[in-house]
Amino acid sequence: MSVDAATVKRVAHLSRIAVDDADVPKLQGELNAILGFVEQLNEVDVTGVEPMTSVTPMVMKKRQDVVNDGEIAAEIVANAPASEDNYFMVPKVIE
Amino acid sequence: MTDLTRLTLTDARDGLKAKQFSATELAKAHIAAVEQARALNAYVLETPEHALKQAAASDEKLARGEAGPLEGLPLGIKDLFATKGVRTTACSRILGNFVPPYESTVSSQLWRDGAVMLGKLNNDEFAMGSSNESSAFGPVVNPWRRQGSNVGAGAAGAIEGNHLVPGGSSGGSAAAVAAHLCLAATATDTGGSIRQPAAFTGTVGIKPTYGRCSRWGIVAFASSLDQAGPIGKTVRDCAVMLRSMAGHDPKDTTSVDRPVPDYEASVGRSIKGMKIGIPREYRLEGLNAEIDALWQQGIDWLKAAGAEIVEISLPHAKYALPAYYIVAPAEASSNLARYDGVRYGVREQGRDIVEMYEKTRAAGFGAEVRRRIMIGTYVLSSGYYDAYYLRAQKVRTLIKRDFEAVYDQGIDAVLTPATPSAAFGIGEKGSADPVEMYLNDVFTVTVNMAGLPGIAVPAGLDSQGLPLGLQLIGRPFDEETLFSLGRVIEEAAGHFPVGERWWA
Repeated sequence: MSVDAATVKRVAHLSRIAVDDADVPKLQGELNAILGFVEQLNEVDVTGVEPMTSVTPMVMKKRQDVVNDGEIAAEIVANAPASEDNYFMVPKVIE
Repeated sequence: MTDLTRLTLTDARDGLKAKQFSATELAKAHIAAVEQARALNAYVLETPEHALKQAAASDEKLARGEAGPLEGLPLGIKDLFATKGVRTTACSRILGNFVPPYESTVSSQLWRDGAVMLGKLNNDEFAMGSSNESSAFGPVVNPWRRQGSNVGAGAAGAIEGNHLVPGGSSGGSAAAVAAHLCLAATATDTGGSIRQPAAFTGTVGIKPTYGRCSRWGIVAFASSLDQAGPIGKTVRDCAVMLRSMAGHDPKDTTSVDRPVPDYEASVGRSIKGMKIGIPREYRLEGLNAEIDALWQQGIDWLKAAGAEIVEISLPHAKYALPAYYIVAPAEASSNLARYDGVRYGVREQGRDIVEMYEKTRAAGFGAEVRRRIMIGTYVLSSGYYDAYYLRAQKVRTLIKRDFEAVYDQGIDAVLTPATPSAAFGIGEKGSADPVEMYLNDVFTVTVNMAGLPGIAVPAGLDSQGLPLGLQLIGRPFDEETLFSLGRVIEEAAGHFPVGERWWA
């Protein structure tokens, strides 16, 4: 399978990465090189094979469902590019 | 006085205990070496005051006889590990001036055991790369040079000539250890990022079994593959480092709750009667003759030490790299969704929130990271998930089964080359086709896909005078056998220290 220019733009948007039209052909070539490389997986017979979900089979440890952290709002927003009163600030979302 | 930076980690430990020098003297020697080596670009942040404070505390503890296992030993920390109050960027523009209010579990255990932090080490952006060229801080210079190369210290402290890459993604860690800019370093390995740079710099690197070290507080790339480990000057140094780094952490549900052995005790243990598998599939068509000869040399060394050599088959090994380039980007596209210009890092303004996201991520991520996020998004997208992602995860099951079958036959470990070549020059690979760079990990990536431990040990020099490494792959949680075998190779091959400080 290979991707066309429209697919590159669609995937860029899904990835939330702005791509200039001028950069699409180069990106398309690179993505197709990678997709061409992984094509060889089609040679493998995977009938009846379970997909891997965990390399180390183990029972997940669970903790008590209690509040054990928090009250550190100022620390959490300390690295934000824009914050006010311990809230993250973003451009207007709803008109 | 002898140059304290030339000591191994364990010799320095013993020297401190014997009061031959102080932790402060040891830290000062390293701080000076780091300052003189800025042209190598191994450190992206130096923390000398922090180091001297920790060293002073270590001197007090040493005086009181309360020394921890790493007391007073200066280390470098890959910039992927969150360090409390110390800038952590994963060498990406998108994290900007991120200062974590918390400490990664692995690094916290190093400080618990008395280690001293010299600074943060360069790496490929978000650990995506095999040459350290994708770092937002620029490439790292390999302290090794080809015989007769034109590389040297130029005017104004810059490096002149076409230098070699140190490998990646832990290129800063490997270069810093090789250039004696720290006694050992933390690193991470998702497809070969500890073992390949170790092989390129004549250092030792071990990627432990998945789950051995906590991933908490390490910037995530591909969560089912990422694992922390040390790069050191010797096998013994790595054994000491791993003992402090490993262990169960309730904050990482994939970290395994089993005791951490005294790895150092396994260094020097006899390997007599061990069965070593040699996978015939690793004899790639067109394999570099020098690499092939080195591999044979390794076989002979292990045989001479009493191991039994058995030819084995890993029929799906050749599919590990293509499967990796589906699984790793898929997980990366999900993990890196958090960099949206809202909670941390840099932000580019947009007319609305979507444009803000898109512009922030376009400006903040480098080309390789953008490419991998897009591949990951594509293989997870509706209509392609089964054909790519699900198939790759099935192939991964087959890769793991290959190893299980081999270990069921009684094989103790598998011996392979670490890399398909010695270190290459800056700008030499991957500019036209990204896959050319990806092929560097052809021998190492299988280990991540199966979650196994793997160690790279320097084993010789090629005809250009550059170090080459061998890789040993172990059973799950049997790092001890790797240290025993690694030590046998090290003893036979000798050490490969960088000679002169040509960069200073």
